[in-house]
Amino acid sequence: MNFDLPALRQQFPFFTAHPDWIYLDNAATLHKPQAVFDAMNQFYCAQNSNVHRSAHGLSQQATAAFEAARTIVAQFLNARSSHEIIWTSGTTAGFNQLVFGLMGPVLQSGDRVLISTMEHHANIVPWHIHALPFGVELDVVPLTADHRFDLSAFAELLKLKPKVVSISHVSNALGHIQPIADIARLAKAAGAIVVLDGAQGIVWEKVDVQALDLDFYLFSGHKLYGPTGIGVLYGKTEYLELLRPLLGGGEMIKTVSFSQSSWNDLPYRLEAGTPNMAGAIGLGAAILWLQQQDIAAMQHHKKALVQRFYEGCRQIPGLELLSGPTTNAGIVALNLKNEHPADLATLLDQQKIAVRAGTHCAMPLFQALNSKGSVRFSFACYNSFDEIDRTLTALATAVELLTE
Amino acid sequence: MIRPDIFTETAAALKNIYDTQLPELRQLKDWQSRYRILMTLGKALPVFDSDGHRDEFLVQGCESKAWLLHYQDPVTTQHFWAFDSDARIVKGLIILILAQVNGLTAEEFARASPELLLNELQLQQNISPSRSNGLLAVLTKIKNVI
Repeated sequence: MNFDLPALRQQFPFFTAHPDWIYLDNAATLHKPQAVFDAMNQFYCAQNSNVHRSAHGLSQQATAAFEAARTIVAQFLNARSSHEIIWTSGTTAGFNQLVFGLMGPVLQSGDRVLISTMEHHANIVPWHIHALPFGVELDVVPLTADHRFDLSAFAELLKLKPKVVSISHVSNALGHIQPIADIARLAKAAGAIVVLDGAQGIVWEKVDVQALDLDFYLFSGHKLYGPTGIGVLYGKTEYLELLRPLLGGGEMIKTVSFSQSSWNDLPYRLEAGTPNMAGAIGLGAAILWLQQQDIAAMQHHKKALVQRFYEGCRQIPGLELLSGPTTNAGIVALNLKNEHPADLATLLDQQKIAVRAGTHCAMPLFQALNSKGSVRFSFACYNSFDEIDRTLTALATAVELLTE
Repeated sequence: MIRPDIFTETAAALKNIYDTQLPELRQLKDWQSRYRILMTLGKALPVFDSDGHRDEFLVQGCESKAWLLHYQDPVTTQHFWAFDSDARIVKGLIILILAQVNGLTAEEFARASPELLLNELQLQQNISPSRSNGLLAVLTKIKNVI
């Protein structure tokens, strides 16, 4: 397959609506190809009925489409069964279910959980809410000097015998790709349950949950060319069976009396309420679309974009780059020396360059870096070299204004 | 203790900005020149000491840090302000707001729409509740205090 950027870009209606903007906030949310809108439109216009429970044939058609999307995700991740795919509203919701669900059946007072310095708040705060008050302790893998995951420190911390190791696949703030194969292997050898936050990782590379022997993997639809409000919590059957449901009601029950309830089988047990049917179908369409693309060529293109941007940044005096150009999934975090990231981002916004400034839902990371935050440029397969060059020109203009 | 003269010094600086820089900003056609001036406005304001930078004065809801001090004259009932931020653009924008409302009474403030100026100067097209833009948070705080 060839990588035809103009043809690829044409499939994204957003760019037709905003030809004058350069969108480099892809780590926050990606734009979606027409195929996703078509699938969701088709669902609402021709299939809309509530799944699973209604007595009529229309509901059965909707259920078939909804469950077909689950099968697409299961095959995409190489899960053993489609019931290992739990729909969530996104990675954050998935983490809240996961951590709540582990407390009691798996985690008890005195148990330890190991995360890393680079984690998104979604892999920190649920532990604070659901686990720490019950005596669970959180350990944190430090950064290396070049802001990478410190594997040797990780190996040391595994000696504390954490019950759960929960690490990001790709750092959302820095773009660094974590050594997930090593992390999973070492954590398994130490007897831990392995959780990967795939919010930024799933769009970078295909993940085989069996080959990596992952116990849980979470991601969001909107960061995989899919719609917002849908996400996936993959879990091995034996661990999903253990999870206590965070939400109750709707399809998740088997029997209910006023004194007790028994719960449905997987995956429904962990999917209370009417699910985001159109979202699931849209995510299924996004994955089918992605599988029709040359993922290796997309990755190669993103690497080249990062390289070109990185080289350009080196020509602009005063820029401090927090991200490295290698083993990077397409995110570059930087600052202008002595200036606030919000100022740099505002001056880019003024030039219609969409970036994000701040601490990127990773405040502890920036505390560790002793930094106020950063300006984050995140690239997607549909960005062009021309956009990189225009961004570098705009960045140079902004830097000049701030330093003159 | 907040030193009381920070409000008189701020008032003098704001008046000077209102009389001098504001007309200049209105003349400028290109965005670079407007931002160049905007980013220097903060330099004219008195420097906050560590008392002014206490967490109790921080405005919640900004990615950048923003400290807002308030003093109401018990006799005239006028509201006076002092402000600092670690980000220059937000600081400049808030200064343009304060330059219009500093020293107003609650009744006078209720009739003012200081944010319209930013639109007129094409500095901030939309004052959104986004965290990256602390403007709305500071405006809300001013309104709440008054």
